[in-house]
Amino acid sequence: MVDATIAYPHSDPHHLRGLEASGIAHSGPASKRIATGYGFWIFILSDMVMFSAFFATYAVLLGQTAGGPSGRELFDLRNVAIETAFLLASSFTCGLASIAADTRSTIWFQLGMAVTCIFGLGFLTIEGREFASLVARGAGPTRSAFLSAFFTLVGCHGLHVSAGILWLLTMMAQVFAKGFRPDILRRILCFALFWHALDIIWIAVFTVVYLIGSAA
Amino acid sequence: MSNGYDTENSVDLAPGDEHVEGGVGLRVLGYLTGLALAILLTATSFFVAGTDLVWQPSIPVALIVLAIAQMGVHLVFFLHITTGPDNTNNVLALAFGVLIVLLVIGGSVWIMANLNHNMMPMDQIMQMQR
Repeated sequence: MVDATIAYPHSDPHHLRGLEASGIAHSGPASKRIATGYGFWIFILSDMVMFSAFFATYAVLLGQTAGGPSGRELFDLRNVAIETAFLLASSFTCGLASIAADTRSTIWFQLGMAVTCIFGLGFLTIEGREFASLVARGAGPTRSAFLSAFFTLVGCHGLHVSAGILWLLTMMAQVFAKGFRPDILRRILCFALFWHALDIIWIAVFTVVYLIGSAA
Repeated sequence: MSNGYDTENSVDLAPGDEHVEGGVGLRVLGYLTGLALAILLTATSFFVAGTDLVWQPSIPVALIVLAIAQMGVHLVFFLHITTGPDNTNNVLALAFGVLIVLLVIGGSVWIMANLNHNMMPMDQIMQMQR
């Protein structure tokens, strides 16, 4: 082995067999599904960069309560745990719906999406009630810099979930009306990416905003 | 190839698509694994946040580590981001996103903590303005 490497230093020490064999050289442009999914992936990552600015703002303003209530007095971790469970379950059923779409099973797809929608609406209901009770207790977004940052960050995530539910209902209607056409399947792929990404952002929200925020 | 797309002859895979040999059952099992791990990590997070059993100053660090682990679980089991050669583009885009996110959050927290530290206490500033 050593002798061979010395004798032919430029031959093919790692046995890659050149570009031809790898299949990269002549594969042509990527399929539309890959291009669309990748473009949407870039959008999701830029959305996360936007959220990171809100997270940074929240982390900086965590102690700036202006004499008002702090996170420890305001946050109800039981509610947050239920919200987390709802969103996690909806992420799971969304995954089941994408499997159903891949196997072209309309019934399972509509069922999975419907359950996802119910969990999403449950999440939004709890969050809406939490916001309403905070405002009613005089802890609205105008009370302190801390609460402004809280409402901006959590509200922005809530808006994303609302938009996701509208998109979800649109996809159910489109599959009902048009079936699993390739363009519809691409939209389902993007929707699944969006919904799972929202759950990832929620992990950061419940950790940073609620768990660390109520310890501070 | 159970998901019906031409993944065999293709060099790349769309983000969110998975490369599996086997049927629907195997894919559902993947999501179930992800769900179980996510529930475990979430439950640990909520437990650690409310417990007196661990050294208190370590709790925020523990929570952040648990959160990052759970994000990893979601990326692997729900978004199917892998280290395979068909996922290189997706991983590179993710790596760039993570870099920017870390710069924005880390940079902001660092510089604002530094400014806070160097600033005179508020009552002294008030006194100087008088």
